[in-house]
Amino acid sequence: MAALDQTQVKEGVDQETVDAVREVGTYKYGWETEIEMEYAPKGVNPDIVRLISEKNEEPEWMTEWRLAAFERWTKLDEPNWAMVHYPPIDFQNQYYYARPKSMEEKPKSLDEVDPKLLATYEKLGIPLKEQMILAGIEGAENAPAEGRKVAVDAVFDSVSVGTTFQAELKKAGVIFCSISEAIREHPELVKKYLGTVVPVSDNFYATLNSAVFSDGSFVYIPPGVRCPMELSTYFRINAENTGQFERTLIIADKGSYVSYLEGCTAPQRDVAQLHAAVVEIIIEEDAEVKYSTVQNWYPGDENGKGGIYNFVTKRADCRGDRSKVMWTQVETGSAVTWKYPSCILRGDDSQGEFYSIAITNNYQQADTGTKMVHLGKNTKSRIVSKGISAGHAQNTYRGLVSMHPKAKESRNYTQCDSLLIGDKCGAHTVPYIEVKNNSSRVEHEATTSKVDEDQLFYCRQRGMDEEEAVALVVNGFCKDVLQALPMEFAMEAQQLVAISLEGSVG
Amino acid sequence: MALPEVKQTATEARLATLTMPDAGCTRAAREDALARVLESGLPNRRDEYWKYTQPDTLVAPHAAPAAVLQDDESLIFDELDRLKIVFVDGVFTPEESDDLSLEGVVIDRLEDICCKDIHWAKELYGVLEARGQDPVQRPLAALNTAFATDGVAIHVTGKPSKPINLIYRHESPESDVVLHHVIRVEGGAEATILETGPAASRFNKCMEIDVADNGTLHHVRAQGRDHERRAATHMFTRLGQESVYKSFTLTVNGVLTRNEQIVELTGDDAVAHVAGACVGDGDFHHDDTVFVTHDAVNCESRQVFKKVLRNGATGVFQGKILVKAGAQKTDGYQISQSLLLDDDSQFLAKPELEIYADDVACSHGSTSGAIDETALFYLRSRGVPTKDATNMLTLAFLAEAVDEIEDSSLAEAIVSRLEGWLARRS
Repeated sequence: MAALDQTQVKEGVDQETVDAVREVGTYKYGWETEIEMEYAPKGVNPDIVRLISEKNEEPEWMTEWRLAAFERWTKLDEPNWAMVHYPPIDFQNQYYYARPKSMEEKPKSLDEVDPKLLATYEKLGIPLKEQMILAGIEGAENAPAEGRKVAVDAVFDSVSVGTTFQAELKKAGVIFCSISEAIREHPELVKKYLGTVVPVSDNFYATLNSAVFSDGSFVYIPPGVRCPMELSTYFRINAENTGQFERTLIIADKGSYVSYLEGCTAPQRDVAQLHAAVVEIIIEEDAEVKYSTVQNWYPGDENGKGGIYNFVTKRADCRGDRSKVMWTQVETGSAVTWKYPSCILRGDDSQGEFYSIAITNNYQQADTGTKMVHLGKNTKSRIVSKGISAGHAQNTYRGLVSMHPKAKESRNYTQCDSLLIGDKCGAHTVPYIEVKNNSSRVEHEATTSKVDEDQLFYCRQRGMDEEEAVALVVNGFCKDVLQALPMEFAMEAQQLVAISLEGSVG
Repeated sequence: MALPEVKQTATEARLATLTMPDAGCTRAAREDALARVLESGLPNRRDEYWKYTQPDTLVAPHAAPAAVLQDDESLIFDELDRLKIVFVDGVFTPEESDDLSLEGVVIDRLEDICCKDIHWAKELYGVLEARGQDPVQRPLAALNTAFATDGVAIHVTGKPSKPINLIYRHESPESDVVLHHVIRVEGGAEATILETGPAASRFNKCMEIDVADNGTLHHVRAQGRDHERRAATHMFTRLGQESVYKSFTLTVNGVLTRNEQIVELTGDDAVAHVAGACVGDGDFHHDDTVFVTHDAVNCESRQVFKKVLRNGATGVFQGKILVKAGAQKTDGYQISQSLLLDDDSQFLAKPELEIYADDVACSHGSTSGAIDETALFYLRSRGVPTKDATNMLTLAFLAEAVDEIEDSSLAEAIVSRLEGWLARRS
């Protein structure tokens, strides 16, 4: 972090922000768990795909589905349009399946899980014991018992280690388990929804994921159920030279609600590792899903060596009327990020929201943003993206807002700000705006002049000058976003609250 | 890397219809440009830079015929004192043009720059176009450099007393025109260039503008009003220290218009304003593609684009501000807005920023929506008929772009034309 200490920052940039970015840049999760692993042979081919399917004890249709995906993948080209640069990935020179030896016999309960694995999550602050409160959160001890429960599905390299609170969730009718378990136990649900939001051949990485995904989480919230606790998945890459391909499928049936959290870390290594996940969310009538991520994969060292290549496809399909999805992401890790959590607003009056804070430092590169595809009438979307770049990093916002001819009376508001700390980094904005009817309104801005006029007026009335007022409103909003993050992320997010975007550029 | 077969075939088919003029001193530049075309191929619908505009008809071997507009309307700047340079179907026509001598400026035909040994023009031809090929390829501009059949070289050495008006007349429904102009503004010199007229059935125009330190160039262009024409234009501008470039384009009608403006601020404290207003009706596709590169300290750039669209018209804006490392104290501004008068029209925008310097102020905005019902109601409640009120609000909407024109007589000429056209169409 020495580089950042000496960086001359432009006048007007808040010192607290610089400190917060520096703090984020010191990676605390770079240690490795020494545990005996079992690998599939290196490389990817139909045999490996079959092997993964077999290890997961999958039915025939799933194996076929994977093989078809693999077939498609061999015909696709790697995308190169993102503003990221990295040496070519040798897809045949890495492992696609790695699981701790102790997981060979599936543990029947958390008590049977290898203590080393439990210790790993403990150390990460994710205890896998149901009675324990989450470590590291101030004041959590005093929180009411109901409020502090979080069910966790812990994924270690290619397999799910365990899922907590399953029994309690079951009482509410909620299914929360690893996706491999869901394929075995709830094939009708998986069959009905898998690949319907992110089709098998959606893009290069999603197709690869469809062929080789080894585990991930599955959530089903039945009609009218408000999930009694927050659900969370924690992804940990531990094995060397191994790609992690997880798949998450969340289904919120009519009138249900769930808040889902995702966290991820990896050890510090010299060689870059691939992580290509797919997240699909289906939201039926009147249902609501909140999906929050703190992405903290190993970002590589200060010379850009090592780190995770995070190529992720995340998409929510608001199928029902009045359905709602909210993506919140705090992106601080990964050497290269390529990630666009998107919303398909199919149902009338459905809503999509995307709040993102992406911080890149050293040689990190992030190309991230969202797509808001408005198909239904009176749909609303809001995008707030804050990108901060320091060191030699490149940070790109890339997004699409599309108003289809039938999406009458729809609204979009987009704001994306970037902040540069130092003169060796870059910040870029690549928004696509497609408006195909005239009753919809689309506003994209990166200036502060259009902050809510009423709020500004109020502040000015009380004697603030315009600049102060704008800063207050903008910062207040940024903090709002962060404070909306579930408590479990509070620790990591808290320091980000200090970030101010004064001195930011469009 | 080999070109995709479709692209290769399309490019070859287009090239087969063209012959490189025997162009003496520009030969080398033309050969280089041809090599660029062969390397990149001509654009097709799969190119990201042509995502919102189908280039097929601009690339096709032959131009689609376009009816010549029969119109009693006078030329747009007719009331103004100006020096007229007339091209009929892309051929310079001395009989209709004024005497080209004017104090403070030297004007020559492109074909004369070799025999008259006009150094600056020989050295400029194809150079800014070639520079403008990176980071995005512009094969239609390279094609223009290679095959341009006519054009002028304008050397601004002082402050000419009146604007220079390039007038393009369209007479043959089959005309397929490739024109290339070069302009050099010397230090301390200042001029206004006007461009008017429908030009041709298919018009490929390229202009290379080099503004030296402390030079100033104003550019005002009016494209239209014929319905069937197609145009692809490129303006490459390089700006020296403390120089100023202000450009405004009005576009009305035309099946397809793609205007690319490539501006490079290479000297400190330079200023570039690029603006456009367009009124599209029916079978109309208009694309403003702007690429502004800041490569010096304390420069200012503004992009202001306004589009009014109805009856299924399509408006496209692709704007980019690139701030290179070291281009500190940059002030970059970009706004693109569309007013959709009905439900069939569409606005597609890609307002981009790419910034590698930390002490800059860059902002961009883009909005799209229908006419403000409250404003309309207000006007109607004061007795203004809906039609007039709509026109009034439309004009007000376009005004921000027209305001970018410094010369008030030119701005007035534009506004009065707009008023006339809006009244006629509603």
